[in-house]
Amino acid sequence: MGWIQDLVDPKTRRWEEFYRNRWQHDNAVRSTHGVNCTGGCSWMVYVKDGIITWEMQATDYPLLEDSVPPYEPRGCQRGISASWYVYSPIRVKYPYMRGPLMDLWRAARAEHENPVDAWGSIVEDETKRARFQKARGKGGFRRTDWDEVLEVISASLLYTARKWGPDRVFGFSPIPAMSYLSYAAGSRFLQLFGGVNMSFYDWYADLPNAFPEIWGDQTDVCESADWYKSKYIVAMGSNLNMTRTPDVHFISEARHEGTKFTVIAPDFNQVAKYADWWIPVTAGQDTALWMAVNHVILKEFHADRQVPYFIEYLKKYSDSTHLVRLEPDGDTYGAGRYLRANLIDRYRDVENGDWKLLMWDAKSGPKMPKGSVGFRWGEELGKWNLTLEDGLDDTPIDPELTFLETHDAVLQVGFHEFASGKSARRGVPVRYVETSEGRVPVATVYDLLMAQFGVGRGLAGDYAKSFDDADAPYTPAWQEQFTGIGRETVLRLAREFADNAEVTNGKSMIIIGASINHWYNNNLAYRAPITSLILCGCCGVNGGGMNHYVGQEKLTLVSPWTSLAFALDWQRPPRQQQSPTWHYVQSDQWRYDSEFTDYDAVPPDAKWAKGHAMDLAAKAVRMGWMPFYPQFDRNPLELVEEAKAAGAEGKDAVAAHVVDRLKEGEIGLSVDDPDAEENWPRIWLIWRGNAILSSAKGHEFFLRHYLGTHDSIIAEEAAAGKVKTVVWREPAPRGKMDLVVDINFRMDTSALYSDIVLPTATWYEKNDLNTTDLHSFVHPLSQAVPPVWESKSDWDIFKALAKKVSELAPETFPEPVTDLVARPLMHDTPDELSQMEVEDWREGDCEPVPGKTFPHLFLVERDYSQIYDKFRSFGPNVRADGITGNGVHIPIEKFYDELLENPVGGTPDPRRLRCVEWGGNRYPALEDALDAANLLLRLAPETNGEVAYEAFKAEEERIGLPLADLAEGNRSVRMTFADLKAQPRRTLVSPCWTGIVNDGRPYAAWCINVERLVPWRTLSGRQHLYVDHPYYIDFGEHLPTFKPKLDPRATGDIGLSSTDGPALVLNYITPHGKWHIHSTYYDNLRMLTLSRGIEPCWINDKDAASIGIEDNDWVEVYNDNGVMVTRAAVSARVQPGTCMVYHSPERTISIPKSQVRGGRRGGGHNSLTRTRINPVLLAGGQAQFTYGFNYWGPIGVFTRDTYAVVRKLEKLEW
Amino acid sequence: MNIRAQVSMVFHLDKCIGCHTCSVACKNIWTDRKGTEYMWWNNVETKPGTGYPTLWEDQDRYQGGWERDENGKLKLKLQGRARGLGNLFANPALPTLDDYYEPWTYQYDELFNAPEGDDQPTARPVSLITGKHMDIEAGPNWDDDLGGSPVYAVNDPNLEGLSDTEREQLNELERMVFFYLPRICNHCVNAACVAACPAGAIYKRGEDGIVLLNQDNCRAWRMCISGCPYKKTYYNWSTGKSEKCILCYPRLESGHAPACFHSCVGRIRYLGALLYDADEIEAAAAVPDAELVQAHRDLIKDPFDPEVIAAARANGVPEAMLEAARNSPVYKFVKTWGLALPLHAEYRTLPMLFYVPPMLPILAAQKDGVYDIAGADAIGGPPTFSTLEKARVPIRFMASLFSAGNEDVVAEVYAKLLAVRTYMRSQKVGDVDPTELETTLARGGTNPEEAEAIFRLTAMPTFDERFVLPPLGRDDAVEATVDPYTARSHAGFGTRKPPERRW
Repeated sequence: MGWIQDLVDPKTRRWEEFYRNRWQHDNAVRSTHGVNCTGGCSWMVYVKDGIITWEMQATDYPLLEDSVPPYEPRGCQRGISASWYVYSPIRVKYPYMRGPLMDLWRAARAEHENPVDAWGSIVEDETKRARFQKARGKGGFRRTDWDEVLEVISASLLYTARKWGPDRVFGFSPIPAMSYLSYAAGSRFLQLFGGVNMSFYDWYADLPNAFPEIWGDQTDVCESADWYKSKYIVAMGSNLNMTRTPDVHFISEARHEGTKFTVIAPDFNQVAKYADWWIPVTAGQDTALWMAVNHVILKEFHADRQVPYFIEYLKKYSDSTHLVRLEPDGDTYGAGRYLRANLIDRYRDVENGDWKLLMWDAKSGPKMPKGSVGFRWGEELGKWNLTLEDGLDDTPIDPELTFLETHDAVLQVGFHEFASGKSARRGVPVRYVETSEGRVPVATVYDLLMAQFGVGRGLAGDYAKSFDDADAPYTPAWQEQFTGIGRETVLRLAREFADNAEVTNGKSMIIIGASINHWYNNNLAYRAPITSLILCGCCGVNGGGMNHYVGQEKLTLVSPWTSLAFALDWQRPPRQQQSPTWHYVQSDQWRYDSEFTDYDAVPPDAKWAKGHAMDLAAKAVRMGWMPFYPQFDRNPLELVEEAKAAGAEGKDAVAAHVVDRLKEGEIGLSVDDPDAEENWPRIWLIWRGNAILSSAKGHEFFLRHYLGTHDSIIAEEAAAGKVKTVVWREPAPRGKMDLVVDINFRMDTSALYSDIVLPTATWYEKNDLNTTDLHSFVHPLSQAVPPVWESKSDWDIFKALAKKVSELAPETFPEPVTDLVARPLMHDTPDELSQMEVEDWREGDCEPVPGKTFPHLFLVERDYSQIYDKFRSFGPNVRADGITGNGVHIPIEKFYDELLENPVGGTPDPRRLRCVEWGGNRYPALEDALDAANLLLRLAPETNGEVAYEAFKAEEERIGLPLADLAEGNRSVRMTFADLKAQPRRTLVSPCWTGIVNDGRPYAAWCINVERLVPWRTLSGRQHLYVDHPYYIDFGEHLPTFKPKLDPRATGDIGLSSTDGPALVLNYITPHGKWHIHSTYYDNLRMLTLSRGIEPCWINDKDAASIGIEDNDWVEVYNDNGVMVTRAAVSARVQPGTCMVYHSPERTISIPKSQVRGGRRGGGHNSLTRTRINPVLLAGGQAQFTYGFNYWGPIGVFTRDTYAVVRKLEKLEW
Repeated sequence: MNIRAQVSMVFHLDKCIGCHTCSVACKNIWTDRKGTEYMWWNNVETKPGTGYPTLWEDQDRYQGGWERDENGKLKLKLQGRARGLGNLFANPALPTLDDYYEPWTYQYDELFNAPEGDDQPTARPVSLITGKHMDIEAGPNWDDDLGGSPVYAVNDPNLEGLSDTEREQLNELERMVFFYLPRICNHCVNAACVAACPAGAIYKRGEDGIVLLNQDNCRAWRMCISGCPYKKTYYNWSTGKSEKCILCYPRLESGHAPACFHSCVGRIRYLGALLYDADEIEAAAAVPDAELVQAHRDLIKDPFDPEVIAAARANGVPEAMLEAARNSPVYKFVKTWGLALPLHAEYRTLPMLFYVPPMLPILAAQKDGVYDIAGADAIGGPPTFSTLEKARVPIRFMASLFSAGNEDVVAEVYAKLLAVRTYMRSQKVGDVDPTELETTLARGGTNPEEAEAIFRLTAMPTFDERFVLPPLGRDDAVEATVDPYTARSHAGFGTRKPPERRW
């Protein structure tokens, strides 16, 4: 080594140990972050001297197919900053209670022997209640200990159950997939108690309503490796580099393999930089652009020339061949319901004939194909599949896609176009069918689609003359006025997209996200591009399809998890609340809302599409479409006692008693009078999320009506006299919540505004499970060090709370009680066949029949002294009932019995399972999070190959086609928590999902449907280009259509706010940001340092100059809902007329006082938003339009439709 | 020939997503201490932009790197102007705190401890240096994503030579562009920091070429800070020693890629050995600007060439290093394919970090408020990729960054990158016209075999293919001070020697 001495001798380099010492460490433990980012990245957490020092990505993912790049490394700038939190100054180390409440509590405890009475003495006294409510959010925290906080919380829970009913206790925690057990601990506790879990995916406006509409599925998308399989990718409303940071490399890698990448986005953003082509659409007008793309595809790839692959695909996998009745409407016709099979003689007596549809067989006329929902819930098994065969006698069907050449007549059909408000008449080829209701004209969905898009094919009527016909809706020329994008661009996009799909058999893909889904008409914005995909045969193909990524919604181990999380092993049903309607109602935002037709376009002469959304929300509840808790203006425990006292025995009799009293008007539904104190929510438990700010559309209304503390609202109430069925009370209640508890590891905004803050373990201090849509592995969160200071894992916190409640319970509830639980008509159950028509019992259309025209009413026994024991053991009901995920039922009797063979006691083990015994019985143990993790892994088909095999076997019976061969090769696979810690494991093919992942094939949605002919969970069993729910027809959304962006002058955001002086009114957009995941990491010093120390308001350079704002100036951003104060980031990359504040800053960090709202501290991004609901999305009662938790219902929209005033801050005040 | 080995690097900017995970990986491990808060051994800049420290590329101001005098001789720019020792105590070219930023934190404890009041408490920013309240006016990544900024993007020094109109166009939607430039120490062959240090505290490690700043010997002259044109040495105000990127030698020595490489989630980074001829350094660094890239390539020697191998062996380069050099992904990108270019070759430090320039979206045109593709001639048919002529890449700007102004060098790279994509599409989809394919390959100066190889290393590489780490035989190095047999049983015992520093 002589040459080294020429440079530097090692002897003179002994100082080098200085840096070597830093690198040395004692341990590296695998974990991940439970932060709803969809990353689901595997990390190694480094421990040195017992202290967590840093984290680095794990890189040992097993490879997928050889033709796909590796996943490693996964993990972004945010994830790698997580270790900052562990010992940081914002870490919640101890339990805290706000001073005024603590004083009141201690005084009450001194007076009352029973803690429950002590709690009552505080909340029943208006002065005391107001004292601590008004202090919320304004400092004064004091450290306390676990004994005290557990007692306060338990006492308040028991008091509330006794006084008002357990359905006044609410819990919010988002997105279980990011930490399965931390979520499940709280939900399991709540359900055992009788409380309510609030939904999150819809509330976050992450639920793409078009997925239930078209596919009957909450969301199913490809993993990111499948992007690489695509040869043409369009990204829209999804800033992949920003929000899919660990995945986006697949895009660049695909590009180098010859894939074209097109980005549609209003601003020149991070992903646009990655693109071959950037299309700067006007914000919120993407639908118009895709309507025109559809016009071009229908014209050039369907009408002028037929692509065999596209045609075959449509016939097999879509409803395009299904027959729709045309109803006379004045001198034209209107598209109506699907023609039902039992209306024609041949199928008159078939089972569920209302729920079976018809196609036109080229040889023999109307035929009833297999696969519709009527086959799903019939007695006869084996015909719920997509073979093109007659459901009566199995004869093959050769369906006609169009009647263009074979029609009996061409009828003029009316089509309403919302932008112009005009209706057009266009000729549609029809056949006549003899039915029990006479001879009716029918058209295929395909022909209606051609007519809707104005593609004439030589037919008479108001058809587009050419692509340049700007007056004809949906042409490339027409869309220019909305999108600002030229027709040549749209033509090229449509042709490239469809050409690519043609040569690759469907490998054209759309990646879409929050920035599209968060607009008011989100469903339409998705249906337009999905139509393009279906027309080109792209769904159910690796490298194709609609890939929506917003929340980390994919609970891969869904079936056992659902039982665990909602305590179905002990009792059912759970109480699950649709949050958007709930917050709209309970936080009184409905009171500030006018009639929704003031800002949304509906067809003329609508029957239901009018009035106030609050009335429609209440209607949806009473018809069994949507849940609402509390249920009645009475304590449900008392209602049951009363019914029993009146002689009612059993569920049906109690239900009948309650329905009778309701009809008599002696009891009421809470939703009809939400501001009466007996209908208020009382206790709010928040964990794993920032419910009061980050996700709180209408944050300031939360402060006013839930918390009863200060707010910055100047909006006026607008609903008086507009609501017809719901009670209007004056004044609106302030401070509905008796107690708000936040479980957190950081002092975020929700913690700051809560009464009690409980310290929880970070992701590096607990054991848990994590999955995501973006890859197909299952990851552990695992303990690198024990929970620091006085924190505990969420599992242990709720276990401790269960224990305390059980201890205190006997004094309040000496005997077990019976609870009455209302439940709406549910998806993936026979409820899907409940309501053919919209019939409201309140309006005399029908009788209220629980489970048919009214919510189900169930009885649930609750023994509050046993909550703890039930919490820590996996109950026997699941042995008999099996487990269910995404509509697939899995018998698990033999697997449950295997679990009972494990020993009782011992220590938690990452490899082994245990049992517990109490009350003379033995159960699988759930004592520790490790027990729960291993239980899930043992029972889930995705991690136990034998369960998968059995589940496919069960599915074969229902479907009538072979499936179990898919799982044959995996039967010996079993995964334990220890395995996951050793190396990421890929989940197995499962009937609960639709991708085929064998042999390293990337997961893509609907592959099982397309390749194995398993139906989608919709009315037709196929992909719906048409929606025949009466609400959709009434709202004019039965076909894909375009509704214009809402008029900001009509939405009421800026009525009283001053726009004088140098100020601009801008569309206020809050996309996901770069330096935080929602609000997590926002307060992290690493991220604040790499950004600007604050989340600025991004504004166009010319807009900024016009109001005298320079880069980094302090600005106020405000409207009638509230105000935030931040700094400006000035750039031409932002479209004029818009401003962006990336979701979601905390109001805890660096917020000065606002001058426009009287010197109070500025708020957060959600201070400017308000919740409204799009009532068409309330539609329920049938097929895919039945309720499912986080599956269906209005989403928490209006975030993107918000407008705000921006002006320079006059004076900086802290 | 005087062959030496160096651990060298490639950053593929087309894949960079600007996420800064690399920056945090580095910060967590190395610069999270008092005095190092503002040090970002790894940072990521938005281009066009002013970078960190602000306008570091403005060498008229900072006097970094080397310059070539009238006689074609190299001299340090700093000394050329400042006349050496005369300025030892007053170094006018040093960046000040304002050129970096004042590091800050927040009064987080207010959120826990604020007494009950009439308004919500908030955590105000406070300086990490003075502990006092401060107004945040600058940061280490201040113009992040600020393409189209009238303050930052338009003042990028690489836009020199653009007309005012051209600069303004950067703020128009149809032309605007930005991309990311991650930067670490280049571990230059002709390192100006080494040459500038009066104390001789900076050296290039013989075995791997890593440039290190000896924490015992540093005397805080801070000449390295001015001398380094990339501003990649930093003064620790707490210890009074300067520090810089160490290419994670403790990780390399134990078989790990450097933290910023390991953590690169865009998978843009490559690490491997290069062999170069130390005898040619001075000549290579002294050629005219336009020839610098080629001279740098020529300096790097073929690891398969028997003469090179023999010369390396004669210099004591171990066989394992030679083997690593033959498998080096860096060699392929830099030398075999000519796709990776040095950053600011005109600084003449011969940086050993090379960049593949980014591809960017096509231009458009705006007419009557409607935005359309520019030159909508070839509508329809298979997807077409951006071409250099139509891309939003100001070629002069790229040349200013990556080829000392030689536009041909950059254009050749783009032609080849486009040829690879076109070839791959023809193979995977088959909808490329054969004549067009042939023309594109010819224009890119490449062929199917090379295109396939470029594609594979760009898109498909595993961790071990991206980072071909030479085994750094620590046995020899340790043996120089203590018998490894003894070190094995003694390592780690005892209390660590406290560093001679002030914290």
